[in-house]
Amino acid sequence: MSLKVFDGFKFAKLPTPIHMMDPRAKFTMTMGLFVAALLFSNIYALIVIFLVQLPIVYAAKTWKKWAASMRAGLLLAVLIFAMNFVFGSTLVFSAAMTLRFISLMSAFSLFFMTTSPDDLGLALEQAHVPYTLSFTFTTAVRLVPTMALDAQTVIDAQRSRGLELDKGNFMKRIRNYIPILIPLIVSAIRRSIELAEALESRGFGASPNRQPLIVLRMKFTDYFVVAVTILLEALAVYVYLYVPLPSPNIPITMPKIFPWL
Amino acid sequence: MSIIGASNLTFTYAGAPRSSVEDVSLEVSPGEFVVLTGPSGCGKTTVCRCLNGLIPNFYSGDFTGELVVDGMNVKEHTTAELSSHVGLVFQNPENQLFSLSIERDVAFGPENLGLSREETRRRVDWALEVTGITDLKDRPPYELSGGQQQRAAIAAVLAMQPKIIVLDEPTSFLDPKSALEILEVISDLNKKLGITIILVEHRLDLASKHANRVIVMDSGKIVLDGPPKQVYGEQARLIGIGVPRVITLFNLLQKGGLEFSQTPTTVKEAAQELRKMLSR
Amino acid sequence: MIRTEGLKFSYPSASEVLRGIDLTIGDEEFVAIMGENGAGKTTLVKTFNGLLLPTSGRVTVDGVNTRESSVAQLSRDVGLVFQNPDHQLFSETVREELAFSLRNFGYGEDTIDRRVTSILETLDLSRYADSSPFVLSGGERKRVALAAVLVWNPKHIILDEPTIGQDYQQKDRLRNFILQLNTQGKTVITITHDVEFVAECKPRLILLSKGLVIGDGPAEDILSDEQLIEKASLARPQIGALMHELRDLGLSDRVIDVYSAEQAILGALGRRR
Repeated sequence: MSLKVFDGFKFAKLPTPIHMMDPRAKFTMTMGLFVAALLFSNIYALIVIFLVQLPIVYAAKTWKKWAASMRAGLLLAVLIFAMNFVFGSTLVFSAAMTLRFISLMSAFSLFFMTTSPDDLGLALEQAHVPYTLSFTFTTAVRLVPTMALDAQTVIDAQRSRGLELDKGNFMKRIRNYIPILIPLIVSAIRRSIELAEALESRGFGASPNRQPLIVLRMKFTDYFVVAVTILLEALAVYVYLYVPLPSPNIPITMPKIFPWL
Repeated sequence: MSIIGASNLTFTYAGAPRSSVEDVSLEVSPGEFVVLTGPSGCGKTTVCRCLNGLIPNFYSGDFTGELVVDGMNVKEHTTAELSSHVGLVFQNPENQLFSLSIERDVAFGPENLGLSREETRRRVDWALEVTGITDLKDRPPYELSGGQQQRAAIAAVLAMQPKIIVLDEPTSFLDPKSALEILEVISDLNKKLGITIILVEHRLDLASKHANRVIVMDSGKIVLDGPPKQVYGEQARLIGIGVPRVITLFNLLQKGGLEFSQTPTTVKEAAQELRKMLSR
Repeated sequence: MIRTEGLKFSYPSASEVLRGIDLTIGDEEFVAIMGENGAGKTTLVKTFNGLLLPTSGRVTVDGVNTRESSVAQLSRDVGLVFQNPDHQLFSETVREELAFSLRNFGYGEDTIDRRVTSILETLDLSRYADSSPFVLSGGERKRVALAAVLVWNPKHIILDEPTIGQDYQQKDRLRNFILQLNTQGKTVITITHDVEFVAECKPRLILLSKGLVIGDGPAEDILSDEQLIEKASLARPQIGALMHELRDLGLSDRVIDVYSAEQAILGALGRRR
């Protein structure tokens, strides 16, 4: 069980232009990629959408972590390819769907890696999302790496009692995760209760009018990013509606060995 | 005029077979430094939770008797309302700090109170200074040592400007040097700012030198209450609390026939007494 | 015997936590490991049962290189009791919890029954045998976690911060129990930051600071060395501090427990009379 997938969503503070971008501008950019990826099924378009992210990853100086999260998502990507291909889609289409998934995962991974949960919370607050909601969301994000650490400790503790996670048939392996899941859930609950006590003791919910100490302000570069995203989005919609995109002529499909084909 | 007044306070957690706190009555004057101790399960944590209103607001159960804190009856106020009068610092600093910068964690309390940005800024800067961590304000909690984290937790509570601060075993997870330092910080809060301190501790050898009063609980009841010198006697030992070792030493020497003018509770006092004896 | 040679360890994409450790812990020794937070104490003991493999250097347990074995294999001889019992407990009853490791190691049901009943008695947990571990108090859960490791009778036992959250009486009982384990022939290694606890037990004391061993010797020697105490963020035990104050009167700050202090003071008085 690789916990490295969590690394791909863990925020680390770095002085790059991407990190310092206002979270609302960044989110707009991410949504732009999201919508574009869902819009197109054409493989060339999806390749472009994926490649567009690479310079952003470079600017954010998070190559290694991004690559790690891509590697971790490989299993799911292969699954998606298989699901499409085995049920009758062409090679090209299956590849396109896989690429769509990878683009989506990459875009969100980038977002969470470069945005501090605190800033996220502030952005939600300033967007007038009810405080309880925005706080719940950011605390959940904030707790992901903590829980990952807990999970590792639980795995260590149970392995030290002779538990072998890589042995046994399929059923045995699933059952072997019970000694991991239960302590993890119990730890999470205890942690939440302790956190709740601390929050209550510091007046959580005392007043409906919160004035956060730190205020997010959109700078020129942030507005620029938003403007560029809107423009590119408009371009994408135009291309989708009016520009017929070429498709590679590789009519490979799954041989008809299954009854549903 | 007491700042904390409890009379016949009894509380049983919902579904529990026995009460956790039974018939507790006590008065604390403003500016006192009280150490609350006792064997595991004696009810000290329950008392802490009652003092800031977590009981009966967060933890339901059977609450009888009266508890008035800084003029407010805990049964008639929410924890949020009490939070600017009584602060509570917990054992594990990890689960009290949840932001990604110390500054934001410390600002959390004042923000909750709906204070203006300027007032919050003022309180945050002040709290960070008092606890000596101004230079750490932009760092995330997980980069700090246990001692620094606990200082931040205290600053976070201090920013609410309570008159009373209750601390539940704050040195548990700290190394010896940090434990000593945090107790100095807490002592300063009491001596320099006049904040009433209720400190729950097992490590009485560290805590006693700052306290002017020690309350010992056992099985939900208060069994001893007085200045440290008075409390650390045979009964305390029988209950099973960690009486400071210098006291155990002096009791041994006294049993052996030596006489001292007073039983010391701190290393300094003990050294003085022994010096007198050895120079005769 | 647990031996480390040139042990270095870094977590992936992080700085070096252990920077070159050479240690030999013999059978039946009683050792305490102290040091500031982040010094590498827990990381070090995790190399003793193979949870972590050295990035360079090696660790051998009873002659077996940890790289050539597995955690399950090494754990048969090296029992590691983690700090927080909630990271281990998952069974419906305490009995089941204790049987878990024995089942993993392949013991037969009869042996399991016997051993579980025996350890329940030894640690005064018999009345909780059929209770859920989750309804027990903090101190009781810690005892169950300890029992869960002792049940398979490992030769070497490592305890990570066994005294946190324990009251005076519980610490007293724990200290006596650990000393008993040691007299029964087990190697006992305990990570702790409780100086008073160490002063009462007087084990061999290993001080870790920033990934290196900066002190290794009898507790009395280490806990009276001003420089080491400063470097490892320790403090003198109360009795030791008292003796240190009175060193000009001929008292030695290597005296760190109450009974030796009594003797020393009576001795000093005797000399003066």
